[in-house]
Amino acid sequence: MATIAQAVRLALHVGETRLGVTDIFGEDVGPPLGGVFTCTQGLETTWNSPLDERGIVGTSFGLALAGCRNVAEIQFCDYIHNTIDLLRLIGNARWSSAGQFSVPLVLATPVGAGIHGSIYHSQSIDAMATHIPGWKVVLPSTPKDAYGLLITAIQDPDPVMFLYPKALIRAPGKEKIPGEPENPKELSKMIDAPLGDARAGWKPKWPELEDFSIPIGKARVTHAGTDVTVVSYGRTAPLCTKAAEKLADEGVFVEVIDLRSLYPYDWEAVVGSVRKTGRFLTVNEDTEVTNFGEHLIRRVVDECFYELEAPPRLLAGANVPGIGLAWNLERASVPQPDGIEAAIRELSRQYA
Amino acid sequence: MSTEPSHLRGVPKPHRGAGPAMDKLHTFKLMVRARVLEERMISMQKSGNSFFWIGGPGEEGFNVPLGLQVKKGQGLDHDYLHLHYRSSAIMLAMGMDPIDALRQAGSKATDPFSGGRNFVNHYAVPKWNVVPGSSPIEVQYSVAPGTARAQKRHGGDGITIVNGGDAGTAEADFATCLNWSSQPNWELPILILVVNNKWGISTPFDEVHGDRIIVRRAESFGIRWDVVDGNDPEASWSRLAEAMAYVRAERKPFALEAMVSRLNGHSSSSGANRVDDEPDCVRDFGERLIEEGLITRDEVDALVEQNTKEMGTLSERVRAEPEPEPSAAYDHIFTES
Repeated sequence: MATIAQAVRLALHVGETRLGVTDIFGEDVGPPLGGVFTCTQGLETTWNSPLDERGIVGTSFGLALAGCRNVAEIQFCDYIHNTIDLLRLIGNARWSSAGQFSVPLVLATPVGAGIHGSIYHSQSIDAMATHIPGWKVVLPSTPKDAYGLLITAIQDPDPVMFLYPKALIRAPGKEKIPGEPENPKELSKMIDAPLGDARAGWKPKWPELEDFSIPIGKARVTHAGTDVTVVSYGRTAPLCTKAAEKLADEGVFVEVIDLRSLYPYDWEAVVGSVRKTGRFLTVNEDTEVTNFGEHLIRRVVDECFYELEAPPRLLAGANVPGIGLAWNLERASVPQPDGIEAAIRELSRQYA
Repeated sequence: MSTEPSHLRGVPKPHRGAGPAMDKLHTFKLMVRARVLEERMISMQKSGNSFFWIGGPGEEGFNVPLGLQVKKGQGLDHDYLHLHYRSSAIMLAMGMDPIDALRQAGSKATDPFSGGRNFVNHYAVPKWNVVPGSSPIEVQYSVAPGTARAQKRHGGDGITIVNGGDAGTAEADFATCLNWSSQPNWELPILILVVNNKWGISTPFDEVHGDRIIVRRAESFGIRWDVVDGNDPEASWSRLAEAMAYVRAERKPFALEAMVSRLNGHSSSSGANRVDDEPDCVRDFGERLIEEGLITRDEVDALVEQNTKEMGTLSERVRAEPEPEPSAAYDHIFTES
């Protein structure tokens, strides 16, 4: 099945051919590279920008104000921080103009640890992104979700941050994107640019994709269960699902929810599950102080306090200044499969 | 004030002396009206009818000629304006009803630009391509290349106009603007304006800037540039006309620095009191027109009085208008809401 890199490419192809996208741009987004993760290979409207994040975000905003639906990329989310005031400006443009201006843009950026990326290719920005009102924020963990959410983000009249977990960019999906060829090798032959000299003059052959999208704000239950609710997203979502599969053999039945959208988020899915299980764990890899998961816990406490059978828990990144390159340092800094499994097991045995 | 660079620096011949002739009397009347509007806003703040004032007394000599030459309208065939918060005279010259500016000053629900959300002189007018103005003094320089890029692709003669103060050019956004406007094969139809009042709140420009002529930076990017005495409406008119003609026809950027006065300080936070050691473009242009016999002193006095009376009446009307409802804080966050 397609990878996230291919899914993003397919969605952008649909964006520029059917949904009116005029510009897909950022550092190394255009030919010859087509993105450092190959997400923008073979597209028609891509171009390379200067190495200037403020220029990328500012131009994206200006294009949107001029009616040009566009997808801008920050190469790694670690480099988004010098644009925060522009992100606030974009987030308040509609509101501050009393609804007069719309800003139809998508800002895409890979997030998270897991590729030995050291201090500046491993950061998570879930807390920062969700702290800028006026934006929608999505963070899919599978190629199909990435495809469907990017299609919706492109169609949305408001600004959307499309975050995707770089650790999973090349992992093949388990579900087919509607219209994707049966054989992943065939898809690769069609849309992956060849290496070396063969790339010059190469053109992709796009599959006939069916109309498909995933609404922003809808979570997905990846593992049904009755004992513990685990809410996660991004790199840690499939790790939670795996832990749930393992724990089922021990007789612990875990409900895993991949949130997919961080704002707006699917509160109904979360609260419905917590009311059923009475136990809540949320897992992400952003630093733990002022973490997005803390917000979910606050709402769980506010609205489900008397239905809880154990204290709600957060498993998140350590509050350290960076993800160290040495494997032991990275492992100690962001949630790993063993830690997730242990946290769920412990919570399943705990009583308030 | 530097007059060193030639006003014709780099402007190709066909665009020299381009543009319509200036109607001096009409320009002067608008300058007076803009000044009186700002003075009314200041008095609204001082009398407790407005939380804050920031604006552009001292920039009328440049801003009225600018506003009168804008190709006004909506969409790519018209000019896009990315304005900083000293631009009331541009808006008045474009045809803004002054009561709307007073409504924003008074944080009223009737404020058409922001519904009582934003400071005074923070405009947003889709029908004239005036994109939402904001308080960060420089961010518009990073945004403007976006509308200009859309216009480059579209063709026609619509251009993007961005203005900001001298202090804001210390931020990286100004370099962003110069670089993104001058990409090889993608030079943008953008008029980059620096309105230099030689102040950043309380800090003199010369104390914190090494460069003497800000727009000279444009030269490194192959962008043509010029400096004009913004206190002189006639010089401003013709430099703007030439620069606009060039940008419209050649679809290339131009950087223009206007040297202006700041007549009431930074904002109400520094008292907004009138200073007496900087040239006053309205008074000086009035004297010139009196000398030229285009208007009499009595007529000037009557003009000021009539505008003052009108603005007073308008601000009284605004006083009676309602504040936004508390629930309006949640309006217009997303399109569906």
